Amino acid sequence: MSAPTLDRPAAERPDEAALQRQFDATIAADRRIEPRDWMPEGYRRTLVRQIAQHAHSEIIGMQPEGDWLLAAPSMRRKAILLAKVQDEAGHGLYLYSAAETLGADRADLTDKLIERRQKYSSIFNYPTPTYADVGVIGWLVDGAAICNQVPLCRSSYGPYARAMIRVCKEESFHQRQGYELLMTMMRGTDAQRAMVQDAVDRWWWPSLMMFGPPDDDSPNSAQSMAWGIKRHSNDELRQRFVDMTVPQAAVLGVTLPDQELAPDPETGRYRFGAIDWSEFKQVLAGHGPCNDERIARRRAARDDNAWVTEAATAYARKHES
Amino acid sequence: MGHEETVYEALDSAHGGEGQWAFGTGFDEPLAGVDTTVPDGIDPADLGAYCLMLGDDALVLAQRLTQWVTAAPELEEEVAVANIALDLLGQARLLLARAGSVGVLGRSRDTATASIPDEDALAYFRDADEFRCTGLVAAPNGDFGQTMVRLLAAATTRLAVFARLRDSRDPVLAAIAAKGVAELTYHRDHAARWVLRLGDGTPESHRRAQAGADAVWPLLADAFTATDVEQRLVGAGVAADPAGTREEVVGVLTQVLDRATLRVPAWPADAPPRGRLGLHGAELAVLLAELQGLAREHPAATW
Repeated sequence: MSAPTLDRPAAERPDEAALQRQFDATIAADRRIEPRDWMPEGYRRTLVRQIAQHAHSEIIGMQPEGDWLLAAPSMRRKAILLAKVQDEAGHGLYLYSAAETLGADRADLTDKLIERRQKYSSIFNYPTPTYADVGVIGWLVDGAAICNQVPLCRSSYGPYARAMIRVCKEESFHQRQGYELLMTMMRGTDAQRAMVQDAVDRWWWPSLMMFGPPDDDSPNSAQSMAWGIKRHSNDELRQRFVDMTVPQAAVLGVTLPDQELAPDPETGRYRFGAIDWSEFKQVLAGHGPCNDERIARRRAARDDNAWVTEAATAYARKHES
Repeated sequence: MGHEETVYEALDSAHGGEGQWAFGTGFDEPLAGVDTTVPDGIDPADLGAYCLMLGDDALVLAQRLTQWVTAAPELEEEVAVANIALDLLGQARLLLARAGSVGVLGRSRDTATASIPDEDALAYFRDADEFRCTGLVAAPNGDFGQTMVRLLAAATTRLAVFARLRDSRDPVLAAIAAKGVAELTYHRDHAARWVLRLGDGTPESHRRAQAGADAVWPLLADAFTATDVEQRLVGAGVAADPAGTREEVVGVLTQVLDRATLRVPAWPADAPPRGRLGLHGAELAVLLAELQGLAREHPAATW
């Protein structure tokens, strides 16, 4: 499928250079590109890849916390967690829909995820051995996601920007729920406090890696910024996250596992230690602790239930008149 | 810069204060602020036991449906199944809290720390023999077809009971039922639509849906038999007589299966109550071990 303007016979097609100028002017004026507008193929491809990757992350992201749904330790926590995991499925739905406005197809994107031809956020390849992980994912992982995503509410592509507004509102709920769980656990037993600190130790560095490689090693960033798809550099967003999180850790009473973490009197921001990018690359390349498990579950959901999808399609066809 | 900071601040303060800053964090007890006095002429022990029956059905079915989360056929179905489970969990919380409010806590308080609320003491610190759910909800899911047939049967029987409970002499139970009727109507509708699609879909889905119905129907054997507790409460104007729901349940299920081109399995002969008396198969113990494990490992913890 391609955009309606491209389907017209060549004779009726407006001059491509003129379309490009119109597109550039829209971006320069910080206005939105909408699905029926002409757009360069590279812009479309980049957006489909980014939105699909984001959608996949929401859907795969249901699993690490979803592993605690059946065992959540109180009725209230079970309800909160179920509502959160349900929200993530909803986010995946909006985002796949946004990708479909660019001519992509949800089933095809899902196949690409399962065949590992498209990626998802590598953070979801880490395991969740204790209930404190549920809280820390809310606080740090959703917190990092918010830092990344709030600027996307101004993304140059209209459907994506609008989807992000709703996603960000719900993510901010989730972050508070996570932080509130950790506060409650820190007021509980010694065993609970130890669980929280252990989870913080395990998730802190992977959370910093969520912002992507450093600016000098991020090949696609410049073009995405020029197109208004991306608004701030990876390092700038990472720094904002650190600055926001350090005081929250102090209130919580946990230690962030970085000896070099300290305020910088000159900039008023926090300095932090070097990130081990070799680990990031390993996980991204599919060698994290849970990559296989995450994909296997997605594959099973598709394959084991293929008969259900076929039945729904057949039924709709029989009864469409 | 600038604009998105404003957005973030707007998000950050949108729900500030009042302890309502995130879903589920603004209240502790499901029945907080509700008058839980038991009206004259109602035996609190019977009322509590009855609330456990209805509450355990909801809790156990919610747990079964939650087993589909991250494994459902479509994303829309992930959302729907989680939503139905969440409704049922909400019903369970209210009903278990109602049982606790009249002092029906079984042996749960022998192991649950005093700081643990009643709903959690009952959900997490009772053994299988103290659960009062029916075999209909305790049975394993089977495939998606069997899951939807079971949901149809469970939602239909529960809706028939809840519709009658709106007139219960216990005002708390009546209010819980009134809220539940709207939810259960949606659950029944959702399940019925799937049974139609699967029964009248492909030969494969028809075969599976029929096998699901054949597996679920025997579980209805004790659906229309009242326990002694229910009989006494029917007399007191508190409970709904399950026998009185038979015509409605049989009518709805027959209609849906007929339209789905499925054969209605033979209705099982009425059997004496089992699950309602705490008699369960091993599958409930397995389900509860997962549900309760973490809470029991840390009996002094607060979550």
